[in-house]
Amino acid sequence: MIAIVDYGVGNLFSLHSSLRALGFDAENVTSAQKLRDASHIILPGVGAFGDAAKKLCEAGLRDPLIEEAKRGKPILGICLGMQLLLSKSFEFGEHDGLGLIPGSVRSIAETIPAGLKIPHIGWNELRFTEHPIFSDIRQGDSVYFVHSYHATDCPNVIATTDYGATLTAAVGKDNVVGCQFHPEKSGPVGLKILKSFCNMR
Amino acid sequence: MLKKRIIPCLDVRDGKVTKGVKFLGNRDIADPVELAKFYSDSGADELVFYDITASAEGRGIFTDILKKAASTVFIPLTVGGGIRTLDDFDRVLKCGADKVSVNSGAVADKTLISRAAKRYGSQCVVISADVKRDNGRFVVTARGGRDNTGLEARDWIRYCVSEGAGEVVLNSMDADGVKGGFDIEMLKYVCEGLPVPVIASGGAGKPEDFVRLFKELPWVDAGLAASVFHYKEIEISSLKEMLNKNDIAVRL
Repeated sequence: MIAIVDYGVGNLFSLHSSLRALGFDAENVTSAQKLRDASHIILPGVGAFGDAAKKLCEAGLRDPLIEEAKRGKPILGICLGMQLLLSKSFEFGEHDGLGLIPGSVRSIAETIPAGLKIPHIGWNELRFTEHPIFSDIRQGDSVYFVHSYHATDCPNVIATTDYGATLTAAVGKDNVVGCQFHPEKSGPVGLKILKSFCNMR
Repeated sequence: MLKKRIIPCLDVRDGKVTKGVKFLGNRDIADPVELAKFYSDSGADELVFYDITASAEGRGIFTDILKKAASTVFIPLTVGGGIRTLDDFDRVLKCGADKVSVNSGAVADKTLISRAAKRYGSQCVVISADVKRDNGRFVVTARGGRDNTGLEARDWIRYCVSEGAGEVVLNSMDADGVKGGFDIEMLKYVCEGLPVPVIASGGAGKPEDFVRLFKELPWVDAGLAASVFHYKEIEISSLKEMLNKNDIAVRL
């Protein structure tokens, strides 16, 4: 079973239905026990980092998630869920993440040239290094982004995209991986990425 | 590099796409889910579902369709039509919409956008404005063009963006249905310099109109159209090839 972590942040409908369309057994999960039962865990999220980190804590899922990650279970963070995997974020103050991947989350305004629109919304190309989740897609394939922050100071960047400057598109360290873009909204390319993740051992 | 987006719009009434759709073999399709799948497979970058039902019963049918579409196509979905309250936002977001577009509802309640942006995030809130020329001004109309609100379009859209709208759809009522090309003059006056994505709507009649749009207004992010796609006067895949040949970045 693929667990989709349901901690009251964001819309799980599309993620759930995309996994179902791929033929996987996906479940929205609110308990630590279900996280332990799952073969794979997906951490979604939209909104503000501080608020989401707090909700994950209050739901009692922060520590179980870290435990499952340390046990070697494949974990995929999407969008804000990816950012939560990192050490800390500087969105509206300073907040601690799960620390599963080193690095910090900062505004893309610090990276991109002035005059470009923020958030970075739309389809943009991926440049990736070898990683199981990209085994079925091609360099330069486009995926759908909606974000104003991205991962910086991270030694585990596995994909980037170009928006006036190089932005982090995905991070990965051992069994833990995160996509800044939305694979569940990225058409056939996104579905291939989700499928590859669900087939990770 | 960020791609320019091509967005078909589906007007849905009582469970069917209005105007029917005269293609896919010799068959008429009016099933919104089937049409959404067809557009997604043809390379549409995003879809807009516009609910033009008035009855509560029609609303229920619409959300069922939305759920089916969101379980079938995995590209961003925007929903508009009759959005007046946060409950309306909630209803369509739970059914798989990614963004919600407000029009008359934002005119009637000037706090709707800020309240929605606070609850769901700016990325979720789209201001869609139906604009026409009136005595040398660009004014916002409501209720599908029937009411002249008297609001000056440039000021109105800037107000909506300052309130938290994360994307703007400018629909030219003057260009709409004429098929003479997008309303470059109106877009330039009303939307140039906005800090959020701008989607041009109204007037597309042939693929060259999209080329001209993105060449003349490189800050426009997307082009939206309905009947030219429905009647297959423009095919999305060949449109995108033409854009690509003209050095306009699109997802192929």
